[in-house]
Amino acid sequence: MKAKSNNNLPLSGIRVADLTWWQAGPQATVLLAGLGAEVIRVESRQRPDIMRRVSTHFREDDPATLNYSPHFYSLNYNKKSLSLNLTRPGSAGIARELVKISDIVVENFAGGVMERLGLGYAALKEVNPGIIMLSVTGMGQTGPEKHYLSYAQTMHAFTGLTSITGYAGGPPRSVGAFWGDHVSAYSASFAVLAALHHRRRTGEGQYIDLSMSEAVISTIPEVFLAYEMKGEVSKPRGNRDELMAPHGCYRCKGEDCWAAIAVRNDMEWQAFGRAAGSPAWAGKRKFARAADRLRYQDELDTFIESWTRDRTAREVVEALQSEGIPSGTSSDLDGLIADPQLRQRGFFIRRRHPKGGYGLQLRAPWKLSDYPHPYQPPPDLGQHSRYVICELLGRTEEEFRKLIDAKVIY
Amino acid sequence: MSPSALSGIKVIEYADFISGPFCGKLLADMGATVIKVETPGSGDSSRRSGPFAGNKPDPEASGLFLYLNTNKSGITLDLEAPGGLSLFKDLVKPCDIFITNHHPGAARKLGIHYAGLKKANPFLVYASVTPFGLTGPQKNYHGNNFIAFNTGGMASFTPDWVEDHGSCPPLQAGGYQADYAAGIVAATAALGALYGRYASGKGCMVDVSEQEAVAFALARSVSFYTYEGIRQDRQKIERSMESPVPCKDGYVELHIVEDNHWQAFREVIGNPEWTEDPLFKNYAGRCHNWNLMEENLTRWTMQHTRQEIYHLMQSRRVAFGPVNKAEDVLRSEHIKQRGCFKETNHPRAGKLTLPGVPFKMSAAPNNTPAPAPLLGQHNRQVYGGMLGLSREEIAGLGKKGII
Repeated sequence: MKAKSNNNLPLSGIRVADLTWWQAGPQATVLLAGLGAEVIRVESRQRPDIMRRVSTHFREDDPATLNYSPHFYSLNYNKKSLSLNLTRPGSAGIARELVKISDIVVENFAGGVMERLGLGYAALKEVNPGIIMLSVTGMGQTGPEKHYLSYAQTMHAFTGLTSITGYAGGPPRSVGAFWGDHVSAYSASFAVLAALHHRRRTGEGQYIDLSMSEAVISTIPEVFLAYEMKGEVSKPRGNRDELMAPHGCYRCKGEDCWAAIAVRNDMEWQAFGRAAGSPAWAGKRKFARAADRLRYQDELDTFIESWTRDRTAREVVEALQSEGIPSGTSSDLDGLIADPQLRQRGFFIRRRHPKGGYGLQLRAPWKLSDYPHPYQPPPDLGQHSRYVICELLGRTEEEFRKLIDAKVIY
Repeated sequence: MSPSALSGIKVIEYADFISGPFCGKLLADMGATVIKVETPGSGDSSRRSGPFAGNKPDPEASGLFLYLNTNKSGITLDLEAPGGLSLFKDLVKPCDIFITNHHPGAARKLGIHYAGLKKANPFLVYASVTPFGLTGPQKNYHGNNFIAFNTGGMASFTPDWVEDHGSCPPLQAGGYQADYAAGIVAATAALGALYGRYASGKGCMVDVSEQEAVAFALARSVSFYTYEGIRQDRQKIERSMESPVPCKDGYVELHIVEDNHWQAFREVIGNPEWTEDPLFKNYAGRCHNWNLMEENLTRWTMQHTRQEIYHLMQSRRVAFGPVNKAEDVLRSEHIKQRGCFKETNHPRAGKLTLPGVPFKMSAAPNNTPAPAPLLGQHNRQVYGGMLGLSREEIAGLGKKGII
């Protein structure tokens, strides 16, 4: 049975069996759902996605509270939920039946777990030779450290990203907000799309082993090349740049309010002077050329802050952008959700919470001219169990009941 | 041997620096035919950004350019010269995907906006990567990697913890994280749109905003804040014991959140007395008393190297990561055995080791990448082979400075 998702989206008719949890996995599959694939999460009360528990509403003794977590909402809208308890006998058979009618399987368990569950690639390929299976782990499925634990921050450290992030002259620091998971999710969605194209042309499915560490490494090539080509060890340089000055976050009016400014060349520096109302310091000859602005950067930054600090970040940015200078407010969450550009582009999806009140979810980070961005609310745990078991897998209502009684559907 | 995943797909790229070229590179590394169009004389600006061997600038041997343009064919074309645009449209006609990251104003002026190219090729998937997207009140604003990391909100979350906002401004990630993220998003969305074309029979415009490609990383934080009122940022986030601590030869990053991690950690360091302090009994206590914790912890870490700590802790299932530098990563036995880096042999720069694609596909092997093109290296091949121009015609275009 073909996937019954929104039928005028790019991936309409593609079904994904989603055995992911935490962030990188669910974030990859929410992108596939955003392109129109029918994504069926396989989860259970026995072992719910950690994200379902990260909520002030969550209570151990009330499974209904697993449905109230905004952390879960943001990475799982547009998906369906089958509550399949993989610790019960018979559950793996049902999972394999689902794989049989799916195009893609995505999982981010620790290496070896899928095999133990009877859901390794070899087993899945047997039931569905055309299946595309993607495994996402910190270190990949091979190599001496394949079983090492990875979290975003330890991964940032391992890859070298932390060694180049930090305030100038200070210790290395980690990029925030689980950034490496995010980059890995993007890479994972790309890998699946490439495999889909491959399958369309050749009929051949395949196994994809994605290493999150390598996903981060692939985004900092210059660090390795600087070492290889000239023996240079890259260091944190705060908000500064090798070639551009001024380049940084400048204090504006208000608490924790900053304007980010990057002047790319000497012409833009002249324009900067005009934008700032032609103060004497902006016209100084010692700042006219990029090499000199880089040399006298501390002094330059003091002057710039003397102009920005009595203005709001928005005023500063509007003045600079009117002269074509790259700049923007350095947004915190309040700034982000108030951002007129993001709002007008429909980046925020406002939805009611079942317990009352409204909150925001983010649409996928693209707009496609010929397709609307789909939206189905994030599923309650097991909301689509009957649909999957009876409609897709053809079991009777009675058989479905029995699976519930046996806590296979749980 | 199986062909590469995207063989048969034709891509034309008119893009500069990182975001657009990385999108093209991903497609090229997966087997698509990618023609990179550069301006005669100057070429892509990443040719001038280095790193350069011996710090000697050479537009044919810039490390960043050589990484971002593997497996592509390179041609030159001046879009502003008379006849340039029409030649460009001839090139676009047989292609499946077009990639650009030029400012929307510049793209319109050059005539390579979607409406302009759609006429030449109605089946085209047009992938645009711009700082703020192609719609909205700030679509014409200028930006770059640094601006996107800030306007996308990530800088306010970096570093992952600070004591005080005022003395610790929002911070960029090292390198060009926003540019790379936007490039991958564009590649995913373009392949999605192309897949959709098989059913719809129609082209599509893919509009990627670099600001959004960054901000999507904050999806969970945005929802948590707007639904539950808890606002996180680099200061307000819980002190999570996730900042590098010094050790004998640098720093290590630790992640001890669960109580079983804490117990295992205590055992590894020999259950010293300080770890019995009830202050550290649970996660909240360890966060709250971090300074004291760090002081004690550092006494132990300072006696060991980062690799020692890494392997010792990981062998007991405690997540520590060494704060590696380039050479540590290149020397890592794990990274070597994974074949994470690929060697390429470039006519000017010689042998170079470059990070490969971050996944292994069982049916579509990722081989030694073909080196990035010299400026205009494939002019004869593309203008002759693809457009059927004669040797004389190509020479004529060269003389007029069009190519």
